[in-house]
Amino acid sequence: MTSSDPARNTASAFDAIVIGGGHNGLTAATLLAQNGRKVVVLETAAAVGGATRGYDIHPGYRSAGLAHIVNRLDPDVAKLLTLDVRTSPGALLPTVALSPDGKHAVLRGAYGETIDGISPDEAKAFAAMRKKLMFQAGILKRFLKRRPPEIGKIRLNDLGAIAGAGLSLITKGREEGRDFLRMLLMNVADVADEYLSDDRLKGLVAFDATLGIHLGPRSPTSLLGLYYRLTGETNDKSATQYVPRGGMGALAPAFEKAATAAGVTIRTGMSVARIIADRGTATGVILASGVQVTAPIIVSAIHPQATFLKLCDSGELDTGFVRAVSNIRSKGNVAKLDLALDRPPAFTGVSPADHRGRLVIARSIAHVENAFNPAKYGEFSPDPVMEITLPSLADPALAPSDGATLSALVEFAPYDLKGGWESGKPAFQKIIIDTLERYAPGLSSSIVASHLLTPVDMETQYSLPGGHWHHGELQADQLLVNRPVNASAGYTTPLAGLYLASAGSHPGGGISGLPGLLAARHILSGGRA
Amino acid sequence: MMLEMNTRRALQSHIATPRFETPFHPRIATLSETNDWYAWAGYKAPHSVFDEELEYFAIRSTAALFDISPMVKYRIAGPDAERYLNRLTVRNVAKLGTGRVHYTAWCDDHGHVLDDGTLFRLSADTFRLCCQERHLPWLLDSAIGFDVEIEEETMQIAGLALQGPTSFAVLSKAGFDGIERLKPFQLAEFAHQSGAVTISRTGFTGDLGYELFVSAEAALSLWDRLWTAGQLHGIRAIGYAALNRARIEAGFIVANADFMTAETTLRADRARMPDEIGLDWLVDTEKVNFNGRKAILEARRNQTLKHVLVGLEIEGNIPADGAIVYHRKSREAGLVSAAIWSPLAKRNIAIASLTRPYGTRLTEDLWVEIYALRELQYQKMMKRARIVPRPFIKLDRRAATPPGLF
Amino acid sequence: MKKYDVVMIGGGHNGLVAACYLQRAGLDVLVLEKNDWVGGAATSRELTPGFLYSNCSYVCSLFRPEIMRDLELPKHGLQVIAYEGGAVFTRDGDYIASYRDHDSHRREFARYSKRDAEAYDRYARDVTRQCRFIQPLLMRTAPDPFSFKPRDISELLYLGRKFGEFSAHDMAQTLRFWTMSISDFLDEYFETDVIKAYLALSGIIGTALGPMSPGTAYVLLHHYMGEVDGSVGAWGYARGGMGAVTQALASSFRASGGTIRTGADVARVMTRGGRATGVILANGEEVRGNLVVSNADVKRTFLKLVEEDALPETFIHRVKHFKMRGSSGKLNIALDSLPEFPALPKNSSCIRGDLHFTDSMERMERAYDDWKAGRYSADPFIDMVIPTTLDPTMAPPGKHFMSCFVQYCPPQIEGRDWTDADRDAFADTVVSQIADYSPGFRDRILHMEVRTPREIEAEVGLTEGNIFQGELTFDQLLFNRPVPGYAQYRTPVPGLYLCGSSTHPGGGVMGAPGRNAAAEILRDMKLKPAEMSPAHDVI
Repeated sequence: MTSSDPARNTASAFDAIVIGGGHNGLTAATLLAQNGRKVVVLETAAAVGGATRGYDIHPGYRSAGLAHIVNRLDPDVAKLLTLDVRTSPGALLPTVALSPDGKHAVLRGAYGETIDGISPDEAKAFAAMRKKLMFQAGILKRFLKRRPPEIGKIRLNDLGAIAGAGLSLITKGREEGRDFLRMLLMNVADVADEYLSDDRLKGLVAFDATLGIHLGPRSPTSLLGLYYRLTGETNDKSATQYVPRGGMGALAPAFEKAATAAGVTIRTGMSVARIIADRGTATGVILASGVQVTAPIIVSAIHPQATFLKLCDSGELDTGFVRAVSNIRSKGNVAKLDLALDRPPAFTGVSPADHRGRLVIARSIAHVENAFNPAKYGEFSPDPVMEITLPSLADPALAPSDGATLSALVEFAPYDLKGGWESGKPAFQKIIIDTLERYAPGLSSSIVASHLLTPVDMETQYSLPGGHWHHGELQADQLLVNRPVNASAGYTTPLAGLYLASAGSHPGGGISGLPGLLAARHILSGGRA
Repeated sequence: MMLEMNTRRALQSHIATPRFETPFHPRIATLSETNDWYAWAGYKAPHSVFDEELEYFAIRSTAALFDISPMVKYRIAGPDAERYLNRLTVRNVAKLGTGRVHYTAWCDDHGHVLDDGTLFRLSADTFRLCCQERHLPWLLDSAIGFDVEIEEETMQIAGLALQGPTSFAVLSKAGFDGIERLKPFQLAEFAHQSGAVTISRTGFTGDLGYELFVSAEAALSLWDRLWTAGQLHGIRAIGYAALNRARIEAGFIVANADFMTAETTLRADRARMPDEIGLDWLVDTEKVNFNGRKAILEARRNQTLKHVLVGLEIEGNIPADGAIVYHRKSREAGLVSAAIWSPLAKRNIAIASLTRPYGTRLTEDLWVEIYALRELQYQKMMKRARIVPRPFIKLDRRAATPPGLF
Repeated sequence: MKKYDVVMIGGGHNGLVAACYLQRAGLDVLVLEKNDWVGGAATSRELTPGFLYSNCSYVCSLFRPEIMRDLELPKHGLQVIAYEGGAVFTRDGDYIASYRDHDSHRREFARYSKRDAEAYDRYARDVTRQCRFIQPLLMRTAPDPFSFKPRDISELLYLGRKFGEFSAHDMAQTLRFWTMSISDFLDEYFETDVIKAYLALSGIIGTALGPMSPGTAYVLLHHYMGEVDGSVGAWGYARGGMGAVTQALASSFRASGGTIRTGADVARVMTRGGRATGVILANGEEVRGNLVVSNADVKRTFLKLVEEDALPETFIHRVKHFKMRGSSGKLNIALDSLPEFPALPKNSSCIRGDLHFTDSMERMERAYDDWKAGRYSADPFIDMVIPTTLDPTMAPPGKHFMSCFVQYCPPQIEGRDWTDADRDAFADTVVSQIADYSPGFRDRILHMEVRTPREIEAEVGLTEGNIFQGELTFDQLLFNRPVPGYAQYRTPVPGLYLCGSSTHPGGGVMGAPGRNAAAEILRDMKLKPAEMSPAHDVI
């Protein structure tokens, strides 16, 4: 590293450097470039896309990445990037709450606008719960699409948002307002128990609330996870899910295309080693190769802990800040299993069309809770819960013509597995496949290859500290003004010129593009802390 | 890491002696006439030894021995030690040469002072930080990203302050050859028995004086060596009461007496920035980044500093400790945190914390309201106070090198 | 037939507190208690000759000193004895103690970790900061954020101002604190498991949550808010057992002219034209009152004593879903002699404090997992005290009363009712755990009372045996306790009030719900609350 060597220095040719070419990095880069900034995106991997980056399972078989479904691509992001990843109208994917007896409940439309396979009474009960939660999620949504308010100096427009939320509560009547404040920090199990009686539906909402979060359905505040899902907007409709045309694999190229079209320079295979900072101001980065790139604006769209603890000289940060960043809880809980199959699997009792949807194994609240319990102690459950998609149905290119791929997100897979994942992996994989076999008999005999990503694998393969796809637990104490930490909420950092734009910032993870969008907006507005 | 079971069990007996005795305690206990002890950081320490007023005069006229073993001591060593301390503390450690000591302070992210203390550079990459409060978690968390080892060594290292006009003579007589070359804020190692004693020309009295650090095992022999040598030079053991008078004259502040340390305050508005307790001169904004830098610069820029620490000279001779300071006898302007009638300066002096603009823009027409309890009755008086520079006394013998013999 | 101004259902500590204040304000108050003794869950009972058992609540720390003063409880015999620290025994034969002396406390923690020892001060400071924020809220009625009454608005502004006293950083910290688990919170300060387990126990006592559940950091505050003689966080024993608290209250109440009827089990609240007019006892007797105040929990009150059709549908729905699952059991033991704990040094003060055996967060959380599954904990958490080490009144000289509070213990066993065999097996998990650390313990036992949620509900009347009359989760705190819109001690039935721990600020022998309820009742009656001194300042 010879920063004094002029031959190895590039001049400050860029207005902004974006570290990390995940979808949030690309979103931020695109918006900055569209507003006349010269932007370079530096990506360690050989391709951009971050968690949407695919990988090979087996010759001829490919996985489209960590995410296997879109449930919160923000419409503003889609519009801004002119992302052509929409699905055709009406093709929202169903969710099948699998039952061991083959009598499943199938949620259609936006999070069960209609449900097949349940009693009329239960349908009414679910509709009432859905209505309540959708309304409450709608209030929270106001805060997800804007920079978190700065505590202590609430600004006029913050007051606007708060007043707006207050008003929508009041116009619904006091009862709704009171219920909102009562329910906000509840656990999902108590809410589900209050409304529902069907274990399949209860298990499903318990699963959805806790997927990717280190909480069980009976942990207080676990309802927040469900709200978060319900705030997700796709195709201008909340609480929906789909796989874009061309499959999930179409996402990364779409983000990349939009960025390139806006004039963003993308450099892959370029790992940032350090962020250069001096007495409170960041001025550039040093690549692993030793090359120095300077710019007045540096946007870090990677995990906040990687940003501050790995790339920054901790001497440039204050101790309390480093302490707070170290305290961010960010240990992944989800494993991803990809299977290469020689024939499409058949889940008993699931119609051919519904195989394109999201299949969830979470028999009851207790099932989810019991799957969670061992994770607290660094163990996995012998009876895990999971959601399954068959990606090759949407994107036939992922598998040979007669074959298929299966993707399962499995909870709870603790990052710190006692005894380590080296030995734990085969056992866990067997448990998952045995579970799948019970719902899709014959599946195991069709397996050509399998590929299990534990949180530790995600950490190494996706440079994701802790292997946590939200870049930090999405729990009440790590939200809004405390995301990722209070001194760095709202995309600014203690270092002038350095901004955050990853899922670790407000509002959090999922393929929404919102952290990137809001960070870029803030930078363009002047970017003051 | 959790300590081993056997180590833990061996330490169980601490509860039998809630007040630990310092390594010098046997000697001080023998000398103690007043039997006047107080608890200092978990140790039994003398408040006075024979007469708190006369002990003061030992500091100013001959030589006084004061046990500073309860001071919290951290050893900081490693290739990054200088860089680490430069980020930790507000003063520029790069300018602190090996064999030198400086007074410094350290802040949290908000620029609030966590503590003040003295930093000894024992070698290029070994330091000792000496202070009033305990900071191990802060020091360890500050070490993230630095190649440095931090060890708390309060128990292992005994400390003595030898202060007063004949202190040099005592050390010479005790055979510490070369002590005459030691300038203020310099330190050097001297042989003592089979080991070494670190002597620095530092102190808390504003007088000629030294501080000696030695392993706990060698403490008593060091004491005896000084005591024997000091017999012809008027050496006396003293307690905190006497030292406190001397330090007020010297204008030194004491953590959690003249200001509250940031990690101990329950009330958010009690923490103080260096500029608010007279330590602005320590803050080097030109050096590399350090904890609190951003906050301190912001406060200076935005003029949000709320307090200022000043020296006061007060009419009359009644000490004003704890008195409220008024502007024009009516508007509350601050609080006196330490005050004495200075036997040396023959002035009534005080250290006070004022709320700006008192003490900065408004420096005239200040008063203190003294409540003097005399035979179960408060004598209330409003006395004029004048802001004066600290230290309240200035002694040429403090800095003369080589020092005089008395 | 005599008509009282106020008929109080239940003579627990909150009922008696409210009754005292109302009586002193000039009202004619009748307290009806179903048992043959008053006290509710604050009793001292001689269940074996010569021994007094604090057979429910067992320590006195939360009881508001303002109330003790207003109601002249010292004059009526209440004396609280501060006790020192306590310890957790570790499985490797050591222990970790806490001591009142600051330096001893630090040295004790330093036996395990110097870092943790020095981290403790900042931890204690941060917790105290939160306590100082919350403490003034205890003695105030929770404002209703959706009422636009001037009083609610001004109370909300008061809270806003209190919050505004924090720096921006502290406000953000406060938001975190309120939603964190005690386990995560402690992880930010400490590295040693046993130290965390020791400090975490205050985050779980009385709750149906484990130390890894969000919200348990707040529960810690609930236990730390206590005062004994002005020192925040201190704990003490009521001399003569917890019954001394309620006996003093009863005595104070009678001295001011109030009437107590024991053995008077209320069966129904009478209403006329939708208004409460009195109660009907189990024996059919009618007792009339202008107002009825219920010290019973919200479920017992509205699901058993009030006609359901008298209540709004949403209200009754909320009451039915009010969570008050019992989570604890209790062993009260008469001992022939003081048990020995060889791990402790001779004459250790720890024996006079609270003793524990759960030395890891995992054990504590696993104990909770059992409860979630509807079982009592196989390896329970025990909070054990021997009050007779300080209080000579509760056992013959040389003999001792031991109280073991046990978590977790479900209201039902895997969905079915408790049997006596279950209860005995439950007791054995506790006794055998103690015996592991105290040789010969079983032989010292002279008599033992075992209480599961079943016994607690049957005797004290606490639904599902929940000692806080309702769990302390966010959805059941402040303006949500017990039911949003009815968190100010009034109920949908005019003339009927609640004053038990189901109301703000919740459980513990605190007395604040009773006093706050009395204040609201007097406000409704446009009477000046006589002799109700202002809440103590937090300066």
